[in-house]
Amino acid sequence: MINISEVIETNKMIEQENLDVRTITLGISLLDCADSDLDACCQKIYDKVTTMARDLVKTGEEISHEFAIPIVNKRISLTPISIVGSACCHTPNDYVKICQTLDRAAHEVGVNFIGGFSAVVSKGMTKSDELLIRSIPEALATTERICSSVNVGSTKTGINMDTVRLMGDIIKETAEATKDYDSLGCAKLVVLCNAPDDNPFMAGAFHGVSEADAIINVGVSGPGVVKYALEQMDKDGLQNFEVLCETIKRTAFKITRVGQLVAQEASARLNIPFGIIDLSLAPTPAIGDSVADILQCIGVERAGAPGTTAALALLNDQVKKGGVMASSYVGGLSGAFIPVSEDQGMIDAVNAGALTIEKLEAMTCVCSVGLDMIAIPGDTPNTTIAGIIADESAIGMVNQKTTAVRIIPVIGKDVGDTVEFGGLLGYAPVMPVNSFSCNRFVDRGGRIPAPIHSFKN
Amino acid sequence: MTRAIITVVGRDTVGIIAKVCTYLADKNINILDISQTIVQEFFNMMMIVDMSKCTSPFNTVADELAEVGTQTGVQVKCQLEDIFSKMHRI
Repeated sequence: MINISEVIETNKMIEQENLDVRTITLGISLLDCADSDLDACCQKIYDKVTTMARDLVKTGEEISHEFAIPIVNKRISLTPISIVGSACCHTPNDYVKICQTLDRAAHEVGVNFIGGFSAVVSKGMTKSDELLIRSIPEALATTERICSSVNVGSTKTGINMDTVRLMGDIIKETAEATKDYDSLGCAKLVVLCNAPDDNPFMAGAFHGVSEADAIINVGVSGPGVVKYALEQMDKDGLQNFEVLCETIKRTAFKITRVGQLVAQEASARLNIPFGIIDLSLAPTPAIGDSVADILQCIGVERAGAPGTTAALALLNDQVKKGGVMASSYVGGLSGAFIPVSEDQGMIDAVNAGALTIEKLEAMTCVCSVGLDMIAIPGDTPNTTIAGIIADESAIGMVNQKTTAVRIIPVIGKDVGDTVEFGGLLGYAPVMPVNSFSCNRFVDRGGRIPAPIHSFKN
Repeated sequence: MTRAIITVVGRDTVGIIAKVCTYLADKNINILDISQTIVQEFFNMMMIVDMSKCTSPFNTVADELAEVGTQTGVQVKCQLEDIFSKMHRI
């Protein structure tokens, strides 16, 4: 039987250490909504999303109430829209119309984000993919709750450099189109390599074509809980790596079990199959809910100091080792997130001069996911942004992992300024970018071949 | 059996347990176990209860118990047992 100290421990995690379930994401296939008529396609999409997700928010709130565990976000991921709209979209404006339809559906069912305004173009773009990509700036500027993602490479296919180059332009155009709101559109746009089909986290969530008609995926969180456990561990003196790793693993297990419980409850109540748990340490701007703070507990003075990459590697690994046993199915991104604007410890590290984009890039080699929520000067050249995407994609391609770039060139702002995105997106100091050019590299065109170790057949 | 955990946390005052128990009896909720401890000068009580014959919906009971707590100046929470058993038992 449960004893009082276990009850106190769990409730302390929830009340004082920011334990929460970060998201219940309902994945919905829209393959059956394709139509050669745009209006008919939009209507089918609207009807399917609002029908399938009708009870999502209410159910999430009920579960949250009954277990007294916060479930921060209720969200939806959809089949990449470039597939669904391929028969009826002949201009970028047609895709904007679908995006606006999705936004209305998001408001109708009460979710805070819908992901899947996406194109998967790891090897090449179809005409439809290109139209969707070119519609992104206006689509994100005229909607509120839609997230967009473009997968530009994979270990099996190599990197589609034509799209990488194009995304340099699209990110800047999106920044321009939303410049009145500190280029907020770019916070809802991510470029990925090796994007998973079942990721519940925004902005990169979409419902891959390998998935069933509908599925429940859950993302767990809990950096604050890990941080507290490490503080307690070292209370009576510095412990060795064995103790450190065991402590993280045990804590990750407990956090993930809560996610598994919520996922199974949501699946049963909505009568939709359970897909995966995403074992992620996802920080928020709340004090103490920070991955950077965990790195400090492990022993670096600030995130970015020498030792940070190794500390992050062991953290990421132990979170997986603890979490895998706690859940029947693990998937999505599964790892520690290192966004800048959403993590107070990261913001402090940047402001203190400890953390640079180059160090963040090194850190993305050993954790999920990539250069995330980083504000850069608004006059950064498009080709430089493409170069950053290419670098990050190369890390993903060679290491057989997901990597991503979600950077925000903030129009009208420069190094030393601060950008306020609000809510869970937080705020960020504008970071300097290497000013040397990569024009000739990204303008070559074509694609980078798949690495030798991808040929496993 | 629908089992829930009720926790009461706050400064020790006369009649806390009586009030919670009276409420539970009114709702036909059976108490299976009670334990209590003092943590950092705070009174912590935990009850394991069986709610299968309860006359009100779970969320109503949780809200009304929280209200009983507010009136007495303590925090009362009612949660389904699963969140604790899943976290602490393999």
